[in-house]
Amino acid sequence: MSTLAHVFEDAGIATIVLASMADVAKKVGPPRVLACEFPLGRPLGKPGDAAFQHQVLRQAFNLLEADEPIFEHFPEVVESDEMPMACSLPPRDDPNAPPAVDEARGLISAYRRAVERKGVTAVGRAIEPEQIPAALDTLHQWAQGAAWKDVELPGKNTVAVCHDIRAYYLEAALELVGDLAPGSRSFDAWFYEVTEAGKTILEARRSLKTQEAPFPFWFYMVAGHLE
Amino acid sequence: MTEDRAATRGDDAMRVLASTMDAPEFTSTSFNKLGKPLAECRVAIVTSASLHRPDQDRFVQGDTGFRAFDRDDRNLIMGHWSPNFDHSGFQLDLNVVYPIDRLQELADDGVIGEVAPRHFAFAGNQPDTVSEIRLDTGPQCAVQLNADAVDVVLLTPV
Repeated sequence: MSTLAHVFEDAGIATIVLASMADVAKKVGPPRVLACEFPLGRPLGKPGDAAFQHQVLRQAFNLLEADEPIFEHFPEVVESDEMPMACSLPPRDDPNAPPAVDEARGLISAYRRAVERKGVTAVGRAIEPEQIPAALDTLHQWAQGAAWKDVELPGKNTVAVCHDIRAYYLEAALELVGDLAPGSRSFDAWFYEVTEAGKTILEARRSLKTQEAPFPFWFYMVAGHLE
Repeated sequence: MTEDRAATRGDDAMRVLASTMDAPEFTSTSFNKLGKPLAECRVAIVTSASLHRPDQDRFVQGDTGFRAFDRDDRNLIMGHWSPNFDHSGFQLDLNVVYPIDRLQELADDGVIGEVAPRHFAFAGNQPDTVSEIRLDTGPQCAVQLNADAVDVVLLTPV
């Protein structure tokens, strides 16, 4: 973002950067920066809070008054919330299916309602929603020690498939919790700590690492700080 | 108590990592002072959230290009490839990433002159040097912003 600010200024356009990472913005040095210590992925700080978003924008646009490059901090810090969100999961239906597969099948109605309501879905990078259980079945087998070269993953691209599974759960979960909007990391905490799908992805990733699968094949399946 | 749990401290970890990575260096800083009041300026948003409409090409891994969308588009997908940050905020309210409704309210209130007709998204996860964006796709986007007579760009990072 800070690099683009330089490029646009070179082309004669005034720019303002809302910086999530103050240290990086300082290094790159674009002319107008409002450094905001908000959860990553939420550059305006608080979803659903128009008044707060306007406070951020007001201070950002005020930077245009300065006669020289300027770097300010937004005074309010928004902490990330890392406690798992409260969201009920479907009960076991098919005792013969791996838990993650059964769980994902049980969420399809909530997922479909979410897509119906929003008219758009992030699922579909590598697989369609109907393939989520099959993908989790492969990940379950990998987690149990099956060789990744012997059991093919629908969609093939592990990183894209994991994005699809996470998006499927996110859209379904937000539909289930309604107005109880999760904090910034509450969904991830719930997904990786509570759901069978998230736990299966983490286990499959550990197994791929043990099997010495290529690094990009497993590392980027989840956030880098997760084990 | 949270330090023992697997999913904690993600933002801290990312900020520490980012602060240790190489960043592109600029020997000079261009600086354009507005030649007219903000209330007469046309404002565009450029985000690195990899936003795209369903009918547009998805961002691929390592994508250095950008997507343009109309100011009325709200059916946007966040196609970012990094698993390292929260996606739920955008799902709840796209304005927390792409404050297009807030911008329209500022235009309605006369704070800014006008919301630009088009807005743009790049992918936030780029090689450290970002040379493609700096030398190729960034300038291409600037041409389009100038074609739309944009005076001010608000950059929102993801």
